[in-house]
Amino acid sequence: MITLKINGVTAAVEEGSTILDAAGFLGFPIPTLCHMEGLTPYGACRICIVEIGEGVQAKLVSSCTYPVAEGMKVRTASKRVLRARKMILELLLASCPQSKVIQDLASAHGVRQQRFKQEHEDCILCGLCVRMCKEQMMAGAIGFRSRGEKRSIGTPFDIKSETCRLCGGCIYVCPACQLRCTYTEPDKAICGGCANLPPPCAEKEAFDDMMCYMNPCVACEIEKDAKTANMME
Amino acid sequence: MSLTANKPSGGHGNTEEKVNLKAIPEILKRHAGERGSLIPILEDIQTVYGYLPEEALKLVVSETGRSATDVYGVATFYRAFSLTPRGRHLVCVCLGTACHVRGASAIAEELKLQLGISDGETTADKEFTLETVNCLGACALGPVVVIDGHYFSKVRKSRIRQMLEDARSGCINSSATDSSSMFPVTVNCPVCKGGLMDENFTLDSLPAIQLSISSAGVSGRLRLSSLYGSPECAVEYDVPAGSAVEVSCPHCKAALSGALSCSSCAAPMASLDVQGGAVLHFCSRRGCHNRSLDLTPSSCLPEGGGAK
Repeated sequence: MITLKINGVTAAVEEGSTILDAAGFLGFPIPTLCHMEGLTPYGACRICIVEIGEGVQAKLVSSCTYPVAEGMKVRTASKRVLRARKMILELLLASCPQSKVIQDLASAHGVRQQRFKQEHEDCILCGLCVRMCKEQMMAGAIGFRSRGEKRSIGTPFDIKSETCRLCGGCIYVCPACQLRCTYTEPDKAICGGCANLPPPCAEKEAFDDMMCYMNPCVACEIEKDAKTANMME
Repeated sequence: MSLTANKPSGGHGNTEEKVNLKAIPEILKRHAGERGSLIPILEDIQTVYGYLPEEALKLVVSETGRSATDVYGVATFYRAFSLTPRGRHLVCVCLGTACHVRGASAIAEELKLQLGISDGETTADKEFTLETVNCLGACALGPVVVIDGHYFSKVRKSRIRQMLEDARSGCINSSATDSSSMFPVTVNCPVCKGGLMDENFTLDSLPAIQLSISSAGVSGRLRLSSLYGSPECAVEYDVPAGSAVEVSCPHCKAALSGALSCSSCAAPMASLDVQGGAVLHFCSRRGCHNRSLDLTPSSCLPEGGGAK
């Protein structure tokens, strides 16, 4: 067992686990995009960055790939982490604004501007589909090709793969193509449409204690707080 | 990007296919069981065919048991590998910062205009392939153009037509067209380490390089200019133009030619050690002025390489 401190809380976790595992075990949420249970960690999207170390030694690392170490001090939501995460989301929005997953993450992190050249890529090269195909479907039909800005995902020689069974696993895991954000203003990169929608429970009091599908939803709590405040008066 | 360009050459690839089947099993056998052997295998295939034919890659996949995506990923990742057939002559333009400020983009445009192709393409007659690189490390000489391994420094637009014509006719000599890149060398025999400089014989007002040559039963002395880049030489007897000679050391009589073959006429190249750690290769065929200076110790002759 390895003892480490996450956000000031001391915890003992198994050796070999990642910071992301440890934080999840303690209940500290770390947003992820290219991480999926059952697939090897890849560290491509950098959304899951956390700050480790102290003072001038402090550095940002991707928690999904960084193994825990004895006496490590982790901050999952320091000012620096949140700033960097917002920047990463802004960059992702600049390349792939039609991804609902990215739009939702941006909304949740309060990204209000997109200052880069707007592009409309179909892929953010997170590698989820490549790992899904290789590790879960045991096919290895698609992979990365080329390098730099020409890097793309596809079958060798761009012809129909002999190993592909058309299982659809790659489409299922893809954050860029599984759910399209059909935002109304294409010029405006940031949508926030669904994530910023007032939850129905806020309007209909009949569903006071219902589990909310919005995550995290605080509307019911606000309502309750308001009610108790009223009662106190 | 190269994928789309690869498709139309499918018919062309069929003619290559027969050749592939001969050379590839041997390459695979040579690297069998080696760890991390994929890149050496692809390098060898690229050396044999000048590019990576699709059929060859499929054979590598089936023989090595690697996944096709891995092999294809590696083949497309590295600049050194090409999936499309390359032309006989490779024209490489440096677009690095130093070359750029000296007008490399205009040079690249001129090359594109004269060859009628864009970056990464091959002319229809399969003569030239044009490529751009981001730096060749010869920034002081910019703008730099490399044609078939010959470096052309401080290239101007007006010189390009002549350079391409020279490359096409096979009598390329980058150094002769640019006197600023000539410099004297002092050479030793790579076998006995004996000095080969003849103080009593001057060429280009410098001591000449003295060597023994023989061809068709006649032997004599050959004296080469020690000014690297100069085509000056003197031969004791009349060697027929176009014929190759056996080059040997005048001290230890060891044969010096044959380790490499000339990139422009395929005759054996003779190799000499240059003081300061380099190898001078020159073509042993009369009339071919192909010379190159090799600064990488790994490609020295085995006898010469170890001692340095």
